Amino acid sequence: MKIRPLVQSLVLLGSNAYLKGFMGGRIYKGPLKGVCVPGLNCYSCPGALFSCPLGSLQAILAGWEYSFSFYVTGLLLGFGAIFGRFICGFLCPFGLIQELLHKIPLFKNKRAIKIPKFFLYIKYVILAVFVVALPVFAKGEFGVGYPAFCKFLCPAGTIEAGLPLLAGSEGLRKAAGALFLWKALLSAAVVVGCVVIYRFFCRVLCPLGAFYSFFNKISLLRIDPDEVRGTFCKMGLNPVLEVNSLECIRCGECKAHAKRRFAGRGSSAEVMANTTEQIIHSA
Amino acid sequence: MTRGKYLKCLPLVILAVAGLFIAIGVTRGEVEAVLEKAVNICLECIGIG
Ligand code: SF4
Ligand code: SF4
Repeated sequence: MKIRPLVQSLVLLGSNAYLKGFMGGRIYKGPLKGVCVPGLNCYSCPGALFSCPLGSLQAILAGWEYSFSFYVTGLLLGFGAIFGRFICGFLCPFGLIQELLHKIPLFKNKRAIKIPKFFLYIKYVILAVFVVALPVFAKGEFGVGYPAFCKFLCPAGTIEAGLPLLAGSEGLRKAAGALFLWKALLSAAVVVGCVVIYRFFCRVLCPLGAFYSFFNKISLLRIDPDEVRGTFCKMGLNPVLEVNSLECIRCGECKAHAKRRFAGRGSSAEVMANTTEQIIHSA
Repeated sequence: MTRGKYLKCLPLVILAVAGLFIAIGVTRGEVEAVLEKAVNICLECIGIG
């Protein structure tokens, strides 16, 4: 088995190992929930052992007690400084879910579908407005706001927590109304998006990926651009020019592909120089 | 400091700030606040709150 799917599966199973929760429609209530995982994993998922960093950040920003979360911001800064978007490629449970969805052979010519470039900026707007501004500023009478990203947008909450909990509780099913319908429809759209486009949610909507992208060029863990050749990238990037860029999830597939395809042909700069020379000669 | 050295130091500086933030957060009782939110079913997350 390749190392990346193995790590991704272990992270998904390890962060959702409270199996009793799935059977009884309950959630884990132990002390591990005080710790946030680096990836997107809803803390109301019946199996979740840890907390979601985005949910925790919004919960504290929206509460009356603190106006800023040193704890969650510190964790996010630390994760970002060490890993950057390596977290997306290896450590995010929702990232793996999207990759599995993309394996469903429902549509032909998936590779031909391109995302317009300006769509990639939507996740930054979501980060600024739904994760930070609305929880901080949209507060009610008692100084309490709401986690706007969780409430209106997050498909991880609907898929990982909403569906299993509603399936196991008649009371929750009765309470579900227009908001649940909206979130369910949005989640269905995200699922279809991910079947058609590789990691659609990561590329367009995920505010956590947007946050980690700011660290991608400087984090301790990076991919050596010299080891990257060719044009193979499922995220739609040009690996030679864009590895470690904001959109690169450090999956390392371009590097593995280059190893197989260009073995023994020198560094990426040399391969590029040779290719350019060949083009000039054949012109 | 050259740009290369600056870029090498930057993640370490961020890590130090992160450590400081985490320590401040823990002493202010933020872990308990996270725990309190996370051990109760979040109605917003599941779409009914
Ligand atoms: S972009 Fe978001 S959902 Fe995608 S892998 Fe990164 S943290 Fe997970
Ligand atoms: S550039 Fe390489 S490491 Fe980055 S996302 Fe593309 S294939 Fe993965």
